[in-house]
Amino acid sequence: MIEVKNVSKSFGDHKVLDNVSAVFETGKVNLIIGASGQGKSVLAKCLVGLHEVDEGEILYDGQDFCQMSSEVRRKIRTEIGMLFQGAALFDSMTVEQNVSFPLSMFSNMSKAEMLDRTNFCLERVNLAGRNKLFPSECSGGMQKRIAIARAIAMNPKYLFCDEPNSGLDPQTSILIDALIKEITYEYNITTIVITHDMNSVIEIGDNINFIYKGQNWWHGNHKTIVSTDNKEVGDFVYASDFMKQIRTKLA
Amino acid sequence: MNRIANIGKYCLMLWVVFSKPEKFKIFRKRTFDEIQTIGINSLPIVALMSVFIGGVIALQTASNMDNPILPDYTIGYITRSSTILELSPTIISLILAGKVGSNVASEIGTMRITEQIDALEIMGVNSLSYLVLPKIVAAVIFFPILITFSMTLGIVGGWLSLIISDLSTTETYLIGIRYYFKTGDIVYALTKTIVFGFLIVSISSFYGYYAKGGSLDVGRSSTEAVVSSSVAILIANFLLTQMILL
Repeated sequence: MIEVKNVSKSFGDHKVLDNVSAVFETGKVNLIIGASGQGKSVLAKCLVGLHEVDEGEILYDGQDFCQMSSEVRRKIRTEIGMLFQGAALFDSMTVEQNVSFPLSMFSNMSKAEMLDRTNFCLERVNLAGRNKLFPSECSGGMQKRIAIARAIAMNPKYLFCDEPNSGLDPQTSILIDALIKEITYEYNITTIVITHDMNSVIEIGDNINFIYKGQNWWHGNHKTIVSTDNKEVGDFVYASDFMKQIRTKLA
Repeated sequence: MNRIANIGKYCLMLWVVFSKPEKFKIFRKRTFDEIQTIGINSLPIVALMSVFIGGVIALQTASNMDNPILPDYTIGYITRSSTILELSPTIISLILAGKVGSNVASEIGTMRITEQIDALEIMGVNSLSYLVLPKIVAAVIFFPILITFSMTLGIVGGWLSLIISDLSTTETYLIGIRYYFKTGDIVYALTKTIVFGFLIVSISSFYGYYAKGGSLDVGRSSTEAVVSSSVAILIANFLLTQMILL
């Protein structure tokens, strides 16, 4: 479980996060949603330590991540898997080398064991046999799946996904969402997904935090979000004409 | 003010770079890969430049040798001295600052803007040590080899140009090459080379690692890396000459 307590973060005079508190539960898909520029990516970067917070605490299973030494923090990070918006695969490495990279850095597995684990992870994301391809030879959806395979290679306790569906067609987006959900339940991971894709919100949002003006404005799940009377959440969820029509029908 | 802040940031970067590598096996493999990229791939350009620079030095010296008091072997002597003391270590290092420096800065810069460095950090990898240390070790090991190769080819280039232009004989040139030879000159040149190699790779890595923005900014970082490492080479050249030769 990851707990965020009263976290604030500013860049110069601009306060991006303002006293944000949230709980991200284990074995659930926790979403951070919100319009662009509201601070959700900054919150995610604070959670993984890419930005230092100005105030507040970030607790990984009770341990304060902000107060840890870089060595202890590095140890925690080996338990984190992250799927970046642009996949962030290593260009110079093949699919197999990308997936086995964390294993080669942090495990004492033999080459054969590493290959087994890599093949298992690739099978898990339906990419068996694509070992020797380079990222540039893969489609956007494949790259995201390779990134998921790399993220789960070390059996992480925490999985972060930064806009996993950006740039993907609706069908591939649904596949990626389903994969994230399956992996979370199967391995009992604390998964945090940053998204503004409404499909993802409805499909996989076990626990949703709506960030607005740098604050955790609303908290709920995929059932309560469609019926909330919170104006800002409503404006976000029912932004398109199509969704407005659905709201009218639901009403 | 910004320059001073950058120097501080550069020193802090070096502090992290020289921490113990995560896995020695991976560090060794990456170092050999970098020797290939930084060193062996630079051999053709170094060979071409050295032969022509050596040739031009010999021709210019020969064209200015109109004083009958000066012996003919002076051409060989001057070609050797200029090549070993300055042209190979400094001029070739400046060329390598362009070739290797821009390559290193753009490679690391692209990794930065495509979040590959963030991915390394989140995995728990010390990205600076993983990316930069093998490059520095490769440069420090292989640059002296490149420069020794360049010295040899520079002297050969001088000999070829004199023979082709019929301005001297092989025997006279060889006398000049051997005349008043000091091993200390080679030590001085190779010491300079090691320092230059370190400066080129570390400064270029610095600009690449702290690149921000998009592809345009990576290009800008790459240019700044080449300019700054060239200036650093010139300053270090002056200081090392003061310290070692005088």
